[in-house]
Amino acid sequence: MKKNKSSLSILFASLFLVFTLFMAGCTSDDDASSDESDSTEESGSDVDTSSGDDGEANPSDDGSTLSTIEDRGYVVVGGNGQLPGFGYVDSDGENVGFDIDFGKAIAAAIFDDPEAIEVRPLSAQERFTALQTGEIDVLIRNTTWTTTRDTELGTHFGPTTFYDGQGIMVTKESGINTLAELEGARIGVETGTTTELNLADQFRKLGITYEQVVFDDSDSLVEAYESGSVDAWTTDKSGLVSRQATLTEPEAHKILDEALSKEPLGPTVRQGDDQWFNIVKWVTFATIEAEELGINSENVDDFLDSEDPVVRRFLGDEGELGDMMGIPNDFAYRVIKHVGNYGEIYNRHLGPDTVFNLGRDLNENWTNGGILYSPPFR
Amino acid sequence: MSSNLKPEQTALQTLDPPKSTLGVYGWLRKNLFNSFFNTLLTIISILVIYYILKGSITWVFTTAQWAVITENYRLFMVGQYSSEQLWRVWTCLGLVSLLFGLSAGIWKGTIRNLSIVLIILYLVHTLVPFVSSTGKMWIIINIGIVIIGYLTGPKIPKNKAITLVGWSLSFPLIIFLLNGFGVFPTVKTNIWGGLLLTLLISIVAILVSFPIGILLALGRTSKLPIIKYFCILYIEIIRGIPLITVFFMAQIMIPLFLPEGFEINNVIRVMIGATLFTAAYMAENVRGGLQSIPQGQFEAAKAMGLNPVHSMAFIIMPQALRAVIPAMVGQSISMFKDTTLVAIVGLIDLLGIAQTVKSNPEFLGRHMEVYVFIALVYWIIAYSMSYSSRRLEKSLGVGER
Repeated sequence: MKKNKSSLSILFASLFLVFTLFMAGCTSDDDASSDESDSTEESGSDVDTSSGDDGEANPSDDGSTLSTIEDRGYVVVGGNGQLPGFGYVDSDGENVGFDIDFGKAIAAAIFDDPEAIEVRPLSAQERFTALQTGEIDVLIRNTTWTTTRDTELGTHFGPTTFYDGQGIMVTKESGINTLAELEGARIGVETGTTTELNLADQFRKLGITYEQVVFDDSDSLVEAYESGSVDAWTTDKSGLVSRQATLTEPEAHKILDEALSKEPLGPTVRQGDDQWFNIVKWVTFATIEAEELGINSENVDDFLDSEDPVVRRFLGDEGELGDMMGIPNDFAYRVIKHVGNYGEIYNRHLGPDTVFNLGRDLNENWTNGGILYSPPFR
Repeated sequence: MSSNLKPEQTALQTLDPPKSTLGVYGWLRKNLFNSFFNTLLTIISILVIYYILKGSITWVFTTAQWAVITENYRLFMVGQYSSEQLWRVWTCLGLVSLLFGLSAGIWKGTIRNLSIVLIILYLVHTLVPFVSSTGKMWIIINIGIVIIGYLTGPKIPKNKAITLVGWSLSFPLIIFLLNGFGVFPTVKTNIWGGLLLTLLISIVAILVSFPIGILLALGRTSKLPIIKYFCILYIEIIRGIPLITVFFMAQIMIPLFLPEGFEINNVIRVMIGATLFTAAYMAENVRGGLQSIPQGQFEAAKAMGLNPVHSMAFIIMPQALRAVIPAMVGQSISMFKDTTLVAIVGLIDLLGIAQTVKSNPEFLGRHMEVYVFIALVYWIIAYSMSYSSRRLEKSLGVGER
């Protein structure tokens, strides 16, 4: 009987021990995490020097993101699963969208297979943690490029793929044309987003008093707007346009021309691996450059025997642009062949053939009056 | 009426017969229109019910566009689980059907009623047009399996033992089938979604938290101070924080604590979080049961010469657990519904997939249909759970002496 009692207490003691170990494990790792960030910076500088050597990067470099991806066989993209047009799941269960296509472009550049990606849907809060801990390789989730994120959160932002800005939607009936006319209006915003802050900042600057009505998600916000319980609502202009199409009378509403904020959205990688940053950067630029050169997924093969040295270098017929980053020289060809140039990606998800019918505006190539501008490929 | 009396006399001499309380009319008079106040209340209620029903029925049959459900039905059920590997999900379902059938045949009663519900659900799926023909084939096979199980169950020797072992092995087997673990092509947990993920998270949380909860409850009543205070600390800390905090910690903080290169999958992290959370509540439920056992039971067990382990296992626990079945089932149902919180931390469970589906540009603005549909799914499952708990209580005689 005594023996049994002691066996019971051993059982409890071991249970207790497991929990203590678990706790201890957590706390000691906590201490270690500060060291850890130092060590990643060190290994990052290693990669830096090796890739800067003589343009001959070493893909098998220990711990480099590219070698991890090559071993794994696919790129892990942190995306948004719930943003119409940018990242969502279609009825067949495939991840599609504007942001997803830039992830596919990276996969196409490395593996010659745009489907070699895994999309991890992330919430707004966990996206940076997932990037910092290496759970994802690249974050393409309508993330605005800001100073804080670039410095404190330890991220590098690639080229902006979509220039957005916060706008305000009102009914045409209200006759409001400028922000100043919104004096005293009830304006609906989504809670916990930067839009709330931008609205307050802008209206304080202009000295306009308004009543802020906070909503938990965009659906209830739109519903409230349609039923007339708020006079106007605000979110990113791309969001406003996409929701306008779904209102019962889309023509009865309009979006004010004035923008409340600048929201440059683009792919993000963690600091400490410059080789990987370069790959993400230049794959994105490749889509923009291709549009400028007039190359698209249908005619890209015709350009292969082009005499133009710019095109030849770009498509990898000449030079070693890809090798310098540790990926094949014809990476731009692969990207365009599989995913298309910027214009094609844009039109596929946001262009005139979609419900959004979103104008290019700022997101037009610089040759057409926009601000998309790719540095030269040479 | 008696013919001797003239009609005039009758009218003078006898009172009116009492108002009829039989028939529809009588029932209405007795229950709804028996006083001025009640009549008023009835009329107002009827008006309110009429407008609510009229509104909902018009919406369900005319305004609502159910294509968003039918087109995305597979997403709702299994998330992004690839269609080539879907046979694995069907096999798991077949296993569950078989166990349901066998149990229904052996024990009858509650489990038979649940099996009937299962068959009805299957039948509904064979009739609706949007399920693919392969899907319908699998469903018909499943109906067959349930019926075969029901008929053969009682005839198999040692059927009870086999079925119980089957139930306990089924869960690891299902996880194995769904994941693959090298034997089949691996389907990573990040694309498990929809109802499948909701069920997996809640089943893990409910089943695993049960033994942990019992241990914690025993620990809390233990006389050994370290164990006792550890259990109290654990239970009170967990009960002091909201579930969503636990999920946020699991998703955002744990990865930061873990050493580099060591990664726990986000679905597993959430399962662990949900389990540890439920365990604390289970522990308190079980402790409530332990306290309801009179001291005499402990003394009687001792007097019979049972050691503490035996007296716990054979005398105290069975009574304690029986007493707290309603509380534990309530906890399980609430855990099942609380799994929706994982949608906030980026997992695509049933609610998560609903939010994903409504962001498909084809179905923008169709969020009402989506939410109504998942509410129905949650209701069916939660109600089945509470129904079986009620039946279990009755068969065990809870609350009776």
